[in-house]
Amino acid sequence: MKRVVLILALLVVAGAALAWVLSAPKPRYTEAEWQALGLAGDAAAGRLVFFAGGCESCHKSPGQDDPLRLGGGLELKTPFGSFYPPNISSDPADGVGSWRAVDIANAVLSGVSPGGPHLYPAFPYSSYQRMTPQDVVDLIAFLHTLPAVPGRAPANDLAFPFSIRRAVGLWKLLYLDNAGLRPDPGQSAQWNRGRYLVEGPGHCGECHTPRGLLGEMDETRALAGAPLPDGHGKSPSLRSGGFLDWTTADIVEALTSGFTPVGDVLGAGMTAVVRNLAELPESDRQAIAVYLKSLPPLGPPAPAKP
Amino acid sequence: MKRLTTVVIALACGIGAVWAATDPIAERRALMKSDGMAAKKMFDMSKGTTPFDLATVQDSLKTLYDGASKSAALFPDDSKTGGGTAALPAIWQNKADFDARFAKFVKDVAAAQAGIVDEASFKKLAPAVFQNCGACHELYKAKSG
Repeated sequence: MKRVVLILALLVVAGAALAWVLSAPKPRYTEAEWQALGLAGDAAAGRLVFFAGGCESCHKSPGQDDPLRLGGGLELKTPFGSFYPPNISSDPADGVGSWRAVDIANAVLSGVSPGGPHLYPAFPYSSYQRMTPQDVVDLIAFLHTLPAVPGRAPANDLAFPFSIRRAVGLWKLLYLDNAGLRPDPGQSAQWNRGRYLVEGPGHCGECHTPRGLLGEMDETRALAGAPLPDGHGKSPSLRSGGFLDWTTADIVEALTSGFTPVGDVLGAGMTAVVRNLAELPESDRQAIAVYLKSLPPLGPPAPAKP
Repeated sequence: MKRLTTVVIALACGIGAVWAATDPIAERRALMKSDGMAAKKMFDMSKGTTPFDLATVQDSLKTLYDGASKSAALFPDDSKTGGGTAALPAIWQNKADFDARFAKFVKDVAAAQAGIVDEASFKKLAPAVFQNCGACHELYKAKSG
């Protein structure tokens, strides 16, 4: 009996050790690797990356309208608890002003904060991981031009076991492919640009793709519509229903002014998305529309078998 | 038999109409729908997609004025869910702000009605009307169902 207990205890310890090793944060770049890329950031280009990525939708200081005051602290309600996006202003103490470029790159591309701890995937690095290093370095250059905003966001308020930050490492093993987006040579440059914007910085799937039990995106039903995380309303399908009747011009208009073909004006989270995408050149909204129109239609999921 | 069927259908339609009239969700959805179509006509003109036509603008503004004036009262406490409503709970958590936004919308439409006399004044005053749509939808409307 004593021996069984001992073996069980050893198994538990071994399991825990294995989980600890597997869940280790894996930043995309070391400082040396990042430097070796030899990239120079351009703030003007980074401004467009900033708006393509919709950074301000979550990081803007709540209760004011300036999208460039990034003090964080907006409450994001989800089934796992409340997230409070952090201060990403250039404040050296409370924001990211003192972060090295490689620190910001690793946060955006692999969801790892400086010094190691995982960031929660409420920060949409599941999508941002597909961004090009050049876009990231431009974004960093732009962020450095923005005002310092003092103050820290409240700590996340998450239910157990989601409150165990280290466990995000296991989630990443399952759901983060840590791969960029290879252009499809069989498609036009416009289509590839659209796919990049939709699947990378634009992170459309974070709301429009249904999620599984652990909050992972169900890529077999990409952009097929999903309930909003706070439980009120939904992000409609971009692969079925009324959206299929939209022309490319309709999509461009909706992403520019919010006006839909039936005279509705996009609401909830899409209002900020439109505000951000309207800052991009029209060619980018055209590219998004061309890519969305190319997606094969997908009906509702098959009913579960009795 | 045919007559009986006709009577039953007529009654059903009548009941349906009465029910709709006392159903704020259905009523405000219908108003929003016609507001949307009216706004779209003006919006297409402002983009130059369709030619400017003062009579159409005035018609559209009247639709918007009627819709905006009636709609604020169609969000009673017992109309938070159901009927395919896209209304968010935030409406009832910030009722004063919500009502103030409708009042501003009515005011902006009235200003446009008074001030739009030609294409130039239309181009100047229409954006202030459109601005109300997104500003309110951002806080208070999400797709449902």
